[in-house]
Amino acid sequence: MRGEPQGRKWSRRAVVLLPCVWLVVFFLTPFVIVLKISLSQTALAQPPYSPVFDLSAGWAGFLDFARQLSLESFRLLFTDLIYLLSYLKSLQVAAISTLILVLVGYPFAYGIARAPRGWQPLLVMAVVLPFWTSFLIRVYAWINILQRDGLLNDVLMRLHIVDVPLIWLSSDTAIYIGIVYSYLPFMVLPLYAALEKMDESLLEAAADLGCPRWKTFWLVVVPLSLSGAAAGALLCFIPIVGEFVIPDLLGGSETLMIGQTLWTEFFANRDWPVASAIAITLLALLLVPMLFYERLQQRSLEGGR
Amino acid sequence: MRRGASLFNIVSIAIGLAFLYLPISILVIYSFNASRLVTVWAGWSLIWYRELLNDTAILQAAWISLRVAALSATAATILGTLAAVALVRLGSFRGRLLFSGMVYAPLVMPEVITGLSLLLLFVAFNVDRGFWTIAIAHTTLTMCFVTVIVQSRLIGFDRSLEEAAMDLGCPPLKTFLTITLPLIAPAIAAGWMLAFTLSLDDLVIASFTTGPGATTLPIRIYSEVRLGVKPEINAVCTIMIAVVAAGTVVASLITKGGAARRQREALGAQV
Repeated sequence: MRGEPQGRKWSRRAVVLLPCVWLVVFFLTPFVIVLKISLSQTALAQPPYSPVFDLSAGWAGFLDFARQLSLESFRLLFTDLIYLLSYLKSLQVAAISTLILVLVGYPFAYGIARAPRGWQPLLVMAVVLPFWTSFLIRVYAWINILQRDGLLNDVLMRLHIVDVPLIWLSSDTAIYIGIVYSYLPFMVLPLYAALEKMDESLLEAAADLGCPRWKTFWLVVVPLSLSGAAAGALLCFIPIVGEFVIPDLLGGSETLMIGQTLWTEFFANRDWPVASAIAITLLALLLVPMLFYERLQQRSLEGGR
Repeated sequence: MRRGASLFNIVSIAIGLAFLYLPISILVIYSFNASRLVTVWAGWSLIWYRELLNDTAILQAAWISLRVAALSATAATILGTLAAVALVRLGSFRGRLLFSGMVYAPLVMPEVITGLSLLLLFVAFNVDRGFWTIAIAHTTLTMCFVTVIVQSRLIGFDRSLEEAAMDLGCPPLKTFLTITLPLIAPAIAAGWMLAFTLSLDDLVIASFTTGPGATTLPIRIYSEVRLGVKPEINAVCTIMIAVVAAGTVVASLITKGGAARRQREALGAQV
């Protein structure tokens, strides 16, 4: 815009600059540091890695620093089976639970979208409300139910379905229950948004032309809700891969998910370079789904204009 | 089009809601159990709430958490609102793609990565870890949620009001303060509340960025929960649920009241 008053230009600039500077300092720069430390080596020092980049040493110091960098941590990640199994376990848990979430969330979202108009805001609120209560509390609630002398075993034994208490906690089943429970709102809301926007005359047209209901559902409803399903699936899949709290509290100790492995390397083993290398690899793994998600997010926001 | 009445729809909604609410209800009910065991119901009692009042460690952690949440939610709301205004109102500017990428990325970034990277930043610059580092980390995490909420509100409302004010010679800053801000106020309030609860809730990022003397409530709860179920923890959780539920209901009443009033005013203007 030409001929803009000076003051306006400055206020425009400030609007972008303030959040931008914050994000560059506290979101972008940290990743550069993580990358740097992933190329360092463990040392018995404070901070526990070397080389430490010393700005005062100038160019020679930088060259010296660059020469000491190594790919040792990454080599370890790809040769030691523990890490590989950890990644695979995370991907497996994320894929299976996302699939369960779609299967559970779809009928739920469909039911809400087909409910009487006046009821819909109330139902959406009922789905969102648990999301506002603490994540930790929701996982903890399941420990009450799943533990050995917990409610589930109590009910099963009173109904004489089982005679001895079953082990629910510390198993993959418990992880899946916890994840599906915690992430259900993230799946239902995008699905509902897509289903609710659907033009109902399309369904009427299909019915008028003699299309059976299941076929209408399959040929019209499902394809039109795919964008919502994709958004929900990505919104669940990406964070689940790096999930820490749920597997740590509900899962067993045989194969750790990658979030737990990173946590152990960092807090228990104090191996910062390996923890950083795990983070970098995880980020690389999730970059493509993340970009997909951003594309979807942008399109849905701009589409609403 | 047939709405509602299909049996399948009713059943799927009922099962979905039961799945969402049953575990929380059980937790709340058992916080009033006189017995220490989950399977034994020994009558209603407030004993665990009384125990809680004597647990200074938990109370202290709760106080720290509330302060971190209030501070970081306020900072995140200011930064997030600015980012939303930049994304919706400024059209294309240099670096817009990078900017929107940075704004949305924390939404889906696994918490362990954000936590680790922020900690390494603080270590690299020799910052003492504690209250302030947690607040900074939470601001970074929650501002993108504020942006998304405010952004959808900004996209949804009528721009002609702003344009009218500007045409009549109102300076941009004043237009923003007197026209835009009141119109997006409900979204800003909702964003603040979401940021507040997310901060109150966060365990992973706080664990990475905390320091001596700054144990937040989730960190405290987590260390207790690892040792098994404790009725005191049920009581803490029930209080937190009650506070959040009350806040959500009040907020929805405020926005609903506001919406109804605006609707009446708009109708009045038409007549």
